[in-house]
Amino acid sequence: MRSALGGGLGLRLELHFSAMQKTMDPYDAPESTPRQHPSCSLKEYFLAATPLQRRLESVRKQATSFVPTPPRRRIPQRSQLQEDVDPQKVAFLLHKQWTLYSLTPLYKFSYTNLKEYSRLLSAFITAEKQKGLAVEVGEDCNIKVVFSTLLGMKGTQSDPEAVLVQILSKPQLPSEDREAKALWTGWFCCVFGDGLLETVSEDFTCLPLFLANGAESNTAIIGTWFQKTFDCYFSPLAINAFNLSWMAAMWTACKMDRYVAATEFLWSVPCSPQSLDISYAIHPEDAKALWDSVHRTPGEVTQEEVDLFMDCLSSHFYRHFRIHLSATRLVRVSTSVASAHTDGKIKIICHKYLIGVLAYLTELAIFQIE
Amino acid sequence: MHAVMMPQKTGKNYQAQNRPSQGSSSYQTNLSACEVKQKPSDSKENNPMQDDEHADDQDGDVLQIAMEYFEKDPIRSLRSKDKILEKHLITVENVAWKNGLAPETIDILLNVALSGRFGNAVNTRILKCLIPATLISEDSVVKAVSWLCVGKCSGSTKVLFYRWLIAMFDFIDHKEQINLLYGFFFASLQDDVLCPYVCHLLYLLTKKENVKPFRVRKLLDLQAKMGMQPHLQALLSVYKFFVPTLISVSLPVRKKIYFKNSENLWKTALLAVRQRNQGLCPEPRKLMLGPANIRPLKRKWNSHSIIPVLNSSSHTTECGKKEMNLSEYLSSSGSLPLEQLQRFPQLLENIHCLELPSQMGSVLNNSLLLHYINCIRDESVLLRLYHWLSQTLQEECVWYKVNNYENGKEFASFLDTIIRAESFLHEGFYSCEAFLYKSLPLWDGFCCRSQVLQLVSWIPFNNFSEMKPLLFDHLAHLFFTSTIYFKCSIIESLKELLQNWLLWLSKDIHVKPVTDSPLDTSLCESMNSVFKLVHYVGWLSTIGMRLESNSTFLMHFILDFFETACDIYLIYNLPLVVLFPRAIFYSALFTLDASILNQLCYIMHRYHKNLTAAKKNELIQKAKSKLSFSSKTYKEFNCCLTTMVGCLWTSKPFKKGIRFSPETLEKLGVEEHKRSLNLVYHSSLLGYAVSFLLQETPEEKTINLSSIQVLYVQQ
Repeated sequence: MRSALGGGLGLRLELHFSAMQKTMDPYDAPESTPRQHPSCSLKEYFLAATPLQRRLESVRKQATSFVPTPPRRRIPQRSQLQEDVDPQKVAFLLHKQWTLYSLTPLYKFSYTNLKEYSRLLSAFITAEKQKGLAVEVGEDCNIKVVFSTLLGMKGTQSDPEAVLVQILSKPQLPSEDREAKALWTGWFCCVFGDGLLETVSEDFTCLPLFLANGAESNTAIIGTWFQKTFDCYFSPLAINAFNLSWMAAMWTACKMDRYVAATEFLWSVPCSPQSLDISYAIHPEDAKALWDSVHRTPGEVTQEEVDLFMDCLSSHFYRHFRIHLSATRLVRVSTSVASAHTDGKIKIICHKYLIGVLAYLTELAIFQIE
Repeated sequence: MHAVMMPQKTGKNYQAQNRPSQGSSSYQTNLSACEVKQKPSDSKENNPMQDDEHADDQDGDVLQIAMEYFEKDPIRSLRSKDKILEKHLITVENVAWKNGLAPETIDILLNVALSGRFGNAVNTRILKCLIPATLISEDSVVKAVSWLCVGKCSGSTKVLFYRWLIAMFDFIDHKEQINLLYGFFFASLQDDVLCPYVCHLLYLLTKKENVKPFRVRKLLDLQAKMGMQPHLQALLSVYKFFVPTLISVSLPVRKKIYFKNSENLWKTALLAVRQRNQGLCPEPRKLMLGPANIRPLKRKWNSHSIIPVLNSSSHTTECGKKEMNLSEYLSSSGSLPLEQLQRFPQLLENIHCLELPSQMGSVLNNSLLLHYINCIRDESVLLRLYHWLSQTLQEECVWYKVNNYENGKEFASFLDTIIRAESFLHEGFYSCEAFLYKSLPLWDGFCCRSQVLQLVSWIPFNNFSEMKPLLFDHLAHLFFTSTIYFKCSIIESLKELLQNWLLWLSKDIHVKPVTDSPLDTSLCESMNSVFKLVHYVGWLSTIGMRLESNSTFLMHFILDFFETACDIYLIYNLPLVVLFPRAIFYSALFTLDASILNQLCYIMHRYHKNLTAAKKNELIQKAKSKLSFSSKTYKEFNCCLTTMVGCLWTSKPFKKGIRFSPETLEKLGVEEHKRSLNLVYHSSLLGYAVSFLLQETPEEKTINLSSIQVLYVQQ
């Protein structure tokens, strides 16, 4: 490991004084790590094991493990995508910045009613935009809402199909034949969400991860409609530094044919009056070499390895710049696989590891709603 | 000894103990409370604002005077205008924008504005401030419309009146009478200025039976005369919607805006009224209306309140049936929409065909639906509520994720709503339990203190050992590091928790058949949990007393707890007797406060009763009961009792329990240590002894306490 560092990582340091003064630190969220738990044997005084009780059991279990016993996660494998996945749709999801939300199970959502939902949602959007005016369902709007499924975008067979919702602007003239422009896109998915699926009854559809791209006002309207229609609840999904480190490690561990971007970390120093950002970029191959030197268990990532990986990066940084990164806060990680920001924004770059990235995000979302 | 100490105490306590069903009786299930408050007979009464009641009273008085002025003889008020008028107008405006006006007030003012007594400017001002506190009565509107026929008001006043009517349309209590005036409104379409507003009003008012061929003809004539006006098209499209066969003209499909927005003038006021009608404290209104309102997601999304508005879920269920067309759907009458549910008998009649709300969270504000969800045991209903409540608590919690303490008040009132619902149901929500597990470790022990502690007392019954690391350990940390008042509050909420658990268990034990053997083991486990809870509080109390140097104040709360704990066997009919820790016993016994000693004696008395009863039952049904009380408990109790009797009564302390060697006692320098703790000399009773003697022999200069005992023996 030393030798890898001694060889000199292609290291670049940039310091930014961000103009915006950050007064608080909202993302030191208490969750230490999301963990999935198999439903455990029920207490004897629970005579009937209903989903609600199972749910509560898992919450209790989760709350007990504030300090995680070293969790293990699989390194994302290439091409875990199901065969029937539409490559065009996948390409459409890549290279876009998505804002993440967690979503509680949808009540009485039905895959056979997608057309009807399109109609109702577009009426709702029109109504919201012209508040106070009556609107007829299905008519009179120059936008179009399309619900569709993203077939194959899942981890296991039991995961429900992902759902894509798009708001398209209708071409002004009917004769115009050019393709409608997407004003807003959002999708719901569940990748390896077994833990959650076990705790709900069949009236519910579990799509705990919601990703949105487009104006936030639109996200708000659509979110409101979903909340009203399916009695679910959206919460913004922030990614704390702990989970960002995990992402950094797991994504560095991915085997890549070709690196398209440097591995970059952004650290934020909470100081007044202006906060200081430190950008720390490494050549992706150096990062991989460092990872390989700390990596022990094949195919898996452990908590120790993640800690060690991050510690090595900070100690290297300290030797050069005499700054303890451990005293700062990790706010962004970008690699050739994907990049994630603590605000809950993600951009997935590599097609091969899409499912792997989504699996981890699903895990975070499930942790948040449990 | 009991005979001596008891009488003062028993009366009060038996009453209290025989009703173990929760102290906070104000929330108790009460059918009269089920009727949803809707009729605003008096705006002041219905006004949810409670903070500055005094200021409101003043406002009310001034408003009263203003209203008398407006009601008075028209001619005189016309003369004495300007200053007085101005003053009264300002009063009305202030009250209207702050709290809204009562239906009667609106009635009077509408009358004034449309009767043409004052000039246009005044009429405009009056109309602009006609903001209802909650609702507007239909009669007022009908009367107002009748003024329009007299022709006393100007065109601009009429326009403003129509705009007001459109904006306030949703707040009018009934619309049947107004609908009868349909013909009158329709005739007003002739007026070019009024036409757009009348169209809008008709658009809101039209029912299927209002659509008549002659009206269609008239509209088409108007359209031919004035051209394609959006407002006319809107009305036509409604007509076409109801009776498609009558209208053959094609209407443009893509039309963005039919009407100019009539609401603008009252926009902020309307929000406030809606919020009031949802029964919320109007406090957050300021926050909501403020321009810079940086809030996490929820604020931007669900603008009005944390708790969703009650809506029937019909469209979720109906949209599956594809053939169902909208008009059919509107006229369908299979089930009772929730919006119409207002009284308990209605709930009983319609319980089979009630539509559940589209967002389960809305039941929190509705006591009738709380009844409903309490009696149906539909898992998905509970799951929906569980998910919603868990997430909302997590998102809104001011210390859990984001330190946005400026919303503390709103969060506290949300917690109050939850606690009210829990007390109403006599049952805790699982979401709140999960929330406490997650958030209590991060709680500062200060923010929303009373609410959090109340949530603690409503935690559903559970295995104590499992909960200890999640909750009680954190609570202990807070207990040890906080002020005495906080310690007292914690002990008090733990007492309520114990009561709730005991109630739940005592109810549960009667439901289940006792013969099954696995159930017996579960009962054993339950009793073990209760035992551990009492033990835990004993532990907290012991250390707490040491930290607070035997504070009498804290001791009262601790003994209150044990008053509940000592009666588990007799009052709750559960096979358990747990004694208090020795340390508590001794510090209560050697207290300086007579009331503590009194309470201690009462508790000892109840322990005695419980243990005797348990022993008796044990002898009777030895075979049946598998739960036997360990002889250790009896020994322990007997030891306490002999110590107590030795100290207070027989003047032979320290024979059992605490023992001191004669040398130690000598060192202490207490003369006659044997007597010094008895009823006469006891530190907490000395004052009584002296005053007793002074009463008996007021002239005596030196008091001889030992004479009491002599007196007593003589008698």
